[in-house]
Amino acid sequence: MSVDIAAPVTIPTPAVRYRGVLARQLRAEFLIVFRRKRNIAMLVVLALVPILIGTAVYISAPRPGEGPPLVSQIAGNGLFLAFAALTICLPVFLPLAVSVVAGDAVAGEASTGTLRYLLTVPVSRTRLFVIKSAGVLAYVAAAILLIVAVGAILGAVLFGIHGVTLLSGDTVSIGNGSARTAGVALYVFVNLLGLAAIAMFFSTLTEVPIGAMAATVVCAIVFAVLESVPQLGGFRGLLLTHNWLVFAELLRTHVDLRALVHGTYIPLAYTAIFGTAAWSRLATADVTS
Amino acid sequence: MTATTSAPVSTRPPESGLPLAIRTNGLTRRFGDHVAVNSVSLEVPQGAVYGFLGPNGSGKTTTIRLLLGLMGAHGGTVELLGGAMPKMAAAVLPRIGTLVEGPAFYPYLSGQANLVRLDSFDATTDPRTSKARVADALHRVGLSAAARKNYRRYSLGMKQRLGLAAALLRPRDLLVLDEPTNGLDPQGTREVRNLVRELASEGATVLVSSHLLAEIEQVATHIGIMSAGRLLRQGTLSEVLSEATALLRVETTETALAIDVLERLGLSVDHLAPDAISAKIGDLAPEAVNAALVQAGVPVRGLTVQRPALEDLFVHLTGEGFDVVR
Repeated sequence: MSVDIAAPVTIPTPAVRYRGVLARQLRAEFLIVFRRKRNIAMLVVLALVPILIGTAVYISAPRPGEGPPLVSQIAGNGLFLAFAALTICLPVFLPLAVSVVAGDAVAGEASTGTLRYLLTVPVSRTRLFVIKSAGVLAYVAAAILLIVAVGAILGAVLFGIHGVTLLSGDTVSIGNGSARTAGVALYVFVNLLGLAAIAMFFSTLTEVPIGAMAATVVCAIVFAVLESVPQLGGFRGLLLTHNWLVFAELLRTHVDLRALVHGTYIPLAYTAIFGTAAWSRLATADVTS
Repeated sequence: MTATTSAPVSTRPPESGLPLAIRTNGLTRRFGDHVAVNSVSLEVPQGAVYGFLGPNGSGKTTTIRLLLGLMGAHGGTVELLGGAMPKMAAAVLPRIGTLVEGPAFYPYLSGQANLVRLDSFDATTDPRTSKARVADALHRVGLSAAARKNYRRYSLGMKQRLGLAAALLRPRDLLVLDEPTNGLDPQGTREVRNLVRELASEGATVLVSSHLLAEIEQVATHIGIMSAGRLLRQGTLSEVLSEATALLRVETTETALAIDVLERLGLSVDHLAPDAISAKIGDLAPEAVNAALVQAGVPVRGLTVQRPALEDLFVHLTGEGFDVVR
């Protein structure tokens, strides 16, 4: 091969970067998260929860005052269907969905081998972490909003929405009730973040997505088991799941905001710790898949 | 046009004066005690089709992963298209098309959707031309008809083609193709060969790794041979091949006389058949040998010089059999 020495040496041309790159990347990521059949199926299952509860309550129609407080409230007011559905989904269904999607985030890309092609596009590892996290957050938010929306709409249809009677017996306006509903959704979202971060971290440790998912579910179970050991005393306050059900505060006349804010410390701390660990692992790991 | 430019990139010419598309210096990577890549100094000139050879497990793919920044090196440096890796990855990698250890796509997306996704992650491509470039790349590898089919339903060959299409989503200055003909039928193999030639003729540098030597011999201008983590030989195809000594074969009825002549020329002669002898020709010109034989009155029926095939050299360098060199 003849090489012309005078020929211009390879000069990396200044790479033109187009505007709206992040938006484009996020859209591509959301498409893959929300188009995937498995993820859609989980959303359908979550949406079925308020539908099943609503139907069951509608058919059996307990009079207000009978049955478990939250459930009997549903018959009195549609908005409570959303609360009830969230309460039922929070211990198992939502954590499971979060584990699957977040556990798959990096390990899924590694197992299909697409991780190496994303990195050679190139997408910087930090950017990829941001995009993957955004996909997971969007899914968690969508799951919660779906439960709340289906619950509220179905509740309104079956039981009507009028002045909202709280657990404490007072009645507040629909606007106030809606604001409280939004507050519950936000609280649940923040609490699930911690679990999502744990799953993301596991996801960066393995090329087997099911492994990351299972590890996260095991974590959630361990939290629940430790929670039920009273001898642990104050230590239980450090468990991720310890304050999950504090959102019931929002259903009282006088909302204990301190308890609510306090309830977000632990999940936010878990998010920070495991999120950082996940990022640093993804940023430095050898990609051998 | 709403584009901004990124940080300027070093324009320093390589020290040798020759423009190199890939240059590594003492590149090393260990896995525990095992040195997978041992002080490898690749030099791939711009415009070359560089055949990167080596038996399975010789460190080719690890080297490629180190080149692209997928793995961290334990020693040595990498420079791609004049930019140091992994520091300049953002500036350099968009100009490089890759196929590393087989294609990898989302099985639940169509070939087209997979390419669109990949393209939308590239900060340096124009989103408005994305559709056209994807269609173009699919057309180039003959996948237009299967564009909307799920990747899951692709045959091995189609998957490989989609991998190549991803490498061709935009004009590239360098293509790093790891085993690009894996899983392809003879027609597909031929098409890939033509594609590599075509890309090279458009001015791209191509690094193509393979253990299919005949494949490489047909397209490569340069080759490098890896074994047990070391780069044993590197250079233009003819340089590397010339190193393996050519074999002179003389057919004559007067073998004794011929042996005499050849030995006087300093060659050590093997008796092949009653009427044929052979010798390693070394630096001697075949025509000079012929003249000497004829002058001495040897009735030469036939005189051939066999250049060894790449395969012979390869086996000679990397060992025979199924034993994986460690």
